[in-house]
Amino acid sequence: MTDDEKKKKPLITADEKKKKQLMTRLIPLIVFLCVSAFLYIGLFRDATVLESTFIGRPVPEFALNDLVEPELQHDKSVLTGQPMLLNVWATWCPTCYAEHKYLNELAEDGVYIVGMNYKDERSKALRWLEELDNPYKISLYDPDGMLGLDLGVYGAPETFFIDSKGIIQFKHVGDINPRNWNGELKAIYEQLK
Amino acid sequence: MIPEIGHFSLIVATALSFLLAIYPLIGAKINHPGMINSAKPLAIMQFLLMSLSFAVLAYAFATDDFSVGYVATNSNSLLPIQYKISAVWGGHEGSLLLWSLTLAIWTAAVAVFSQGIPKVALARVLSVMGMIAIGFNLFILLTSNPFDRTLPYLPLDGNDLNPLLQDIGLIFHPPMLYMGYVGFSVAFAFAIAALMAGRLDSAWARWSRPWTLIAWVFLTSGIALGSWWAYYELGWGGWWFWDPVENSSFMPWLAGTALIHSLAVSEKRGVFKSWTVLLSISAFSLSLLGTFLVRSGVLVSVHAFASDPARGLFILAFLIAVVGGSLLLYAVKGSEIKSRGKYSLFSRETFLLMNNVLLIAALLVVLIGTLLPLVHKELGMGSISIGVPFFNNIFFYMIIPLAIALGVAPLLRWKKQEADLRPLFKQLAVCAVASIVLAVALPAIFADKIKIVAVVGFALAFWVIITSSLEVYIRATHRHSFVSGVTKLGRSHWAMVLGHVGLAMMLIGISATQNYKIEKDLRMLPGDEVVFADYLFEFERIGEANGSNYEGYKAVFNISKDGKFETVMKAEKRSYFAQRSMPMTEAAIDWGVTRDLYIALGEQLADDSWAIRIYYEPFIRFIWWGGLVMSIGGLLAVSDRRYRFVNKRVAKAQSLGQE
Repeated sequence: MTDDEKKKKPLITADEKKKKQLMTRLIPLIVFLCVSAFLYIGLFRDATVLESTFIGRPVPEFALNDLVEPELQHDKSVLTGQPMLLNVWATWCPTCYAEHKYLNELAEDGVYIVGMNYKDERSKALRWLEELDNPYKISLYDPDGMLGLDLGVYGAPETFFIDSKGIIQFKHVGDINPRNWNGELKAIYEQLK
Repeated sequence: MIPEIGHFSLIVATALSFLLAIYPLIGAKINHPGMINSAKPLAIMQFLLMSLSFAVLAYAFATDDFSVGYVATNSNSLLPIQYKISAVWGGHEGSLLLWSLTLAIWTAAVAVFSQGIPKVALARVLSVMGMIAIGFNLFILLTSNPFDRTLPYLPLDGNDLNPLLQDIGLIFHPPMLYMGYVGFSVAFAFAIAALMAGRLDSAWARWSRPWTLIAWVFLTSGIALGSWWAYYELGWGGWWFWDPVENSSFMPWLAGTALIHSLAVSEKRGVFKSWTVLLSISAFSLSLLGTFLVRSGVLVSVHAFASDPARGLFILAFLIAVVGGSLLLYAVKGSEIKSRGKYSLFSRETFLLMNNVLLIAALLVVLIGTLLPLVHKELGMGSISIGVPFFNNIFFYMIIPLAIALGVAPLLRWKKQEADLRPLFKQLAVCAVASIVLAVALPAIFADKIKIVAVVGFALAFWVIITSSLEVYIRATHRHSFVSGVTKLGRSHWAMVLGHVGLAMMLIGISATQNYKIEKDLRMLPGDEVVFADYLFEFERIGEANGSNYEGYKAVFNISKDGKFETVMKAEKRSYFAQRSMPMTEAAIDWGVTRDLYIALGEQLADDSWAIRIYYEPFIRFIWWGGLVMSIGGLLAVSDRRYRFVNKRVAKAQSLGQE
């Protein structure tokens, strides 16, 4: 037992070995500063590139109605056959509004975009497309977020990059704008082909 | 005009927090009574102004004042009033204002309810809290002002609150968590003030303890509530996702749990002081880190919507100033922390220290698991994702020594166990055998398979329950008969028992659901039957179910077991007219002590069949009941007579008597 007391001594008494103790007490500070350094770098990282467990996996099975024609039902076959973007959007999402104009431009340039209206109201969504123009070749309507859940959607907007075999190759969180499209997203889209 | 009043009172509150941070501290230094006494009125004034500011923002939401940008982006004239109010803290700016208000509430509470504490000590504590308030108020004013106007182009209607966040849970959950988070600032302030003054005695631990306990109770119940809502509302049947935001509330909880134990030892035995100070600093630092992680967008998660480097940079600078500064103070002034008292290997102190170390190890696991993906990426080693299996695995191995030591510690004496340890070992051996027998018996009764991982979990739970009961029995029969002895046990004693039994209940719930949960995705037509976990589910019918303010579908299931009818379950899916149309899954939950049955109605598939998810969750309620029991334990500890400062002398005599 006396051995154990000796072991504990540096923790509970403070007379000699002051220097060594000071070093011990500095450890939490040093650890914290290291963590802060990483947090600092992390701050300026592009936080919109998000890992998804779904990357490299095929699009899950689903059955969703068309946004424009409610009787029409789509399944996973609409997400296969050619490289495409699956854009998750909603009228409650201000960032989607900001993004929409650029999506129109991309669609004009021939980028194949499928839209997924996420947790939204049909009438509002239709009005939105009427007013802002429709960049989507097909519009899926996912009012409950069922497919969103299966895809691991965190919020809107999110865009999935799907190759012609229907396999998700990349996921981008946040809006697509000229800066990040020309920066890296365009290259990823080109690679899908 | 009115929003400017809110903005203005926030500015004045910030000015007051500057005064609070400087004035009483100088007073304490030069021993100027007037300056020392100014701390209390300053704290109260700051609280009143913060309340006014918050009330003004709430008023702007209630009256649909869309000229305020924050209101326009987060609310909408059609939103029901309760969501308008909860929308106040639904976004970044408002939740920070709530954070700041919570800090003002705690500061004022410390100022008002600390009669027993010497004025000089109190002045230092309030000053430290004032310093924290400066940081947060400046953060709001400089980067995230909720009162910014959209004038002159004000929108006719607002953007609306994200439907994901339109949930009754959001009304209570964040304020509860914030009360817990920010509550640790009190323990932090006490520790820093004591370090500044170089006076770390048992009195300091006694003053700090009730505040820390209250904060811990808030945090515990906040986390438990959050977990319950996730289960109830999200329709996934899960209760914990190891999401970064959940982790950032779990880390302060782990540090706080270690802290309340360490404080108890420091108060009663005068040891572990250095450790207690460090934990006080850590608990609050982790709350700040949690705020940083959630608010800066460093980690993307379900809950974090705001991401803005300027804001992140401010919080990081603040974090470095507060945490770095206090750790530096700890390093420099720590030599003045004197712990007297010795203890041997088989003493309660050793076992408590062991558990504290284990809690901190668990905390580091969560911290690393949360931050490693970030660090890994910065080091250019590619992206990794640390997921649920990582945490579950490590926590499984860590809970084993923790629960074992937790069962033993209360049976040991302070300082030193008597020389002959054999009776103790004998008792422990009996407890161990009983726990293992019960642990095997439990799954043998309710499940068809005995899984070793589950048995370990159950054994630990029963171990804690049995040793706790034994401890109560020994204490009660120490001097009296059992019946009269039990009634004489103090509230803080029962607090410990409840805290530990609560943990045991959680262990039972977690072990059972993790190992015996069954889930199935089905495609069912009305009339279909499925046998699931010994229950026969008959999908009787589905029909439209429209209410006064929603339309939807309702699926009716008949549940029977062994040919006997058990219950009817109705799973619904509604879309509300008023409430922004987001269809809500109203999962049907048939709850019970030993199991929950859970049905979530999915979407309609092509041929009139429906996607349906069914879960069988054994003992899942024990998880939240355990959290509730723990919180009640914490409240009992706070209500212990020792902390009523009015009876200071009595309290002192009593706490001496307990040693």
